[in-house]
Amino acid sequence: MTDAPEPVVITAADVQHLAGLARIALTPEEIEHLAGELTQIVDSVAKVREVATPDVPATSHPVPLVNVLRPDVPGAVLTQQQVLSGAPDASDGRFRVPAILGEEQ
Amino acid sequence: MAAERELVRWSAARLAEALAAGEVSSVEATQAHLDRIGDVDADVHAYLHVAGDDALVRAAEIDRQRADGTAPGPLAGVPIAIKDVLCTSDMPSTAGSRILEGWIPPYDATPVARLRAAGLIPLGKTNMDEFAMGSSTEHSAYGPSRNPWDLTRIPGGSGGGSAAAVAAFEAPVALGSDTGGSIRQPAAVTGTVGVKPTYGGVSRFGAIALASSLDQVGPVSRSVLDAALIHDVIGGHDPNDATSLDERWPSFADAAREGAASGSLAGLKVGVVHQLDGSGFQAGVRQRFGEALKRMAEAGADIVEVQAPHFEYALAAYYLILPAEASSNLAKYDAVRFGLRVDPGGSTVEQVTALSREAGFGPEVKRRIILGTYALSAGYYDAYYGSAQQVRTLVQRDFDACFTQADVLVSPSAPTTAFRLGEKIDDPLAMYLNDITTIPANLAGVPGLGMPIGLAPEDGLPVGLQVMAPLREDARLYRVGATLEAILEREWGGPLLAQAPALGSAASRSDRIRTTPGTAPAPGYGTEPDGGTL
Repeated sequence: MTDAPEPVVITAADVQHLAGLARIALTPEEIEHLAGELTQIVDSVAKVREVATPDVPATSHPVPLVNVLRPDVPGAVLTQQQVLSGAPDASDGRFRVPAILGEEQ
Repeated sequence: MAAERELVRWSAARLAEALAAGEVSSVEATQAHLDRIGDVDADVHAYLHVAGDDALVRAAEIDRQRADGTAPGPLAGVPIAIKDVLCTSDMPSTAGSRILEGWIPPYDATPVARLRAAGLIPLGKTNMDEFAMGSSTEHSAYGPSRNPWDLTRIPGGSGGGSAAAVAAFEAPVALGSDTGGSIRQPAAVTGTVGVKPTYGGVSRFGAIALASSLDQVGPVSRSVLDAALIHDVIGGHDPNDATSLDERWPSFADAAREGAASGSLAGLKVGVVHQLDGSGFQAGVRQRFGEALKRMAEAGADIVEVQAPHFEYALAAYYLILPAEASSNLAKYDAVRFGLRVDPGGSTVEQVTALSREAGFGPEVKRRIILGTYALSAGYYDAYYGSAQQVRTLVQRDFDACFTQADVLVSPSAPTTAFRLGEKIDDPLAMYLNDITTIPANLAGVPGLGMPIGLAPEDGLPVGLQVMAPLREDARLYRVGATLEAILEREWGGPLLAQAPALGSAASRSDRIRTTPGTAPAPGYGTEPDGGTL
């Protein structure tokens, strides 16, 4: 992006939307507070756009490795009991969860 | 009793020799450290969990093996502390978060498994900022650790618990993890040594992920040789980590021993990164850094200035890449498979997930998850996350250019000495600046070592030097670090930590500064202070 950075304002509505995407039930006070803080933080990190010209490739990993594969044989895996050992709720060898659908669904 | 008190001041290397020679048993060494923890940890709060009798049982087992001639390695019987970010199958692993309170993983992280296989004795789990997000341990859900040099000050973060544990003689060595400086910055402010290995040099399997392309596990110690000894144990290829480098590494302990013995840096080109040269840093940090450069030059090193123009953008890129990766990694805390579940009844699984994450995450974790979600969301991805990844390329190119002119790069490890608890907790941007010198190495994957270079004259607190080397050249750090350490310790008449104040029952009443209450993160805009028991 080489277009001139314009000041970004993150509103309470934006934070509420993001909190929904991130599955965190923020309180109204938290949302208000985060909106101000995130506006400030985003303003400060937006400077990356100053030098990110189209000719510069992106780097995702510091030491790129390709085709990291292993033989297609069963590895050492956890037992069912081990997998369920930390679950808040389990029954019949499965994770037990609250209702998947709400009433209106 | 006096002998036990002395044992805790020994290095891992000296303990290993005494254990091998039968001069001391692992039970004695382990008990001495448990006693020390009992004496001082109420003040320091380095540990979240202490292994206690389990450690003594394991120590007795190693003593028996030693008697039978089957001790598993040279470090067998040496106690070690483990940062709570690493999974341990016999101790809670919380990463400093309420959401994982009491969670005991069904497996060991690879570095932990390797320590156990080498016969080291886990003493317990050390405190940290929640999910390693912070530079002070004030973001730990379990309250901050305190700096053994001054209990009213921060021990650095996120690995402040590991650094405080070794600085307070509650463990000879420890494990840490470093995503943007979480090993090197705590080392700087506590007068200890810490190494962030080359990315991929130590397995991340079982290290609770913060930002997968930046995280690296490494050693925390009171000497360069001890760090090297631990690195030799935990490093090397692990098929369980797809980013683990499959190659043979030299003995880092041999490199450290060579460096200490040679006493010379002749022929070594030391690059001072102009952008990290300390202008704007605390005066005492600048002064000790300048003196360290002088000592290196006197030992034969050629000091050159190098330019890394894009380091200026590293902090901004980091605070986009890290939150983006963290928001994705922390999606696994869904209140289904493990961790806290807050279920008021009659809610859907999605609502329960959202309520659990609201109650289980602290303010800094929420801040970064929301920031990361923003950076990755449609319409902003290219402008923020994409640009940050491009900056990452530019930072790597800067390192490449610098390393054509110098064998190692140096900078102060941190801009200031330890600040006071509570001083920066309400200003995220000020807190983020603590890692300005350490972040470039994580973005590029290069290894970095932090070591003490003296006390700042104005406050009597430790100052750290950071040494960086090219990818895969970790041995160079140990060689250079050990040489400089030997020179400085000759000058000081012993280790820097010998000058640290007494703690616990050995401290006089006036030494034992009681910290004021209210230094933990304010609950105002985050979780409830009790962690949100709805």
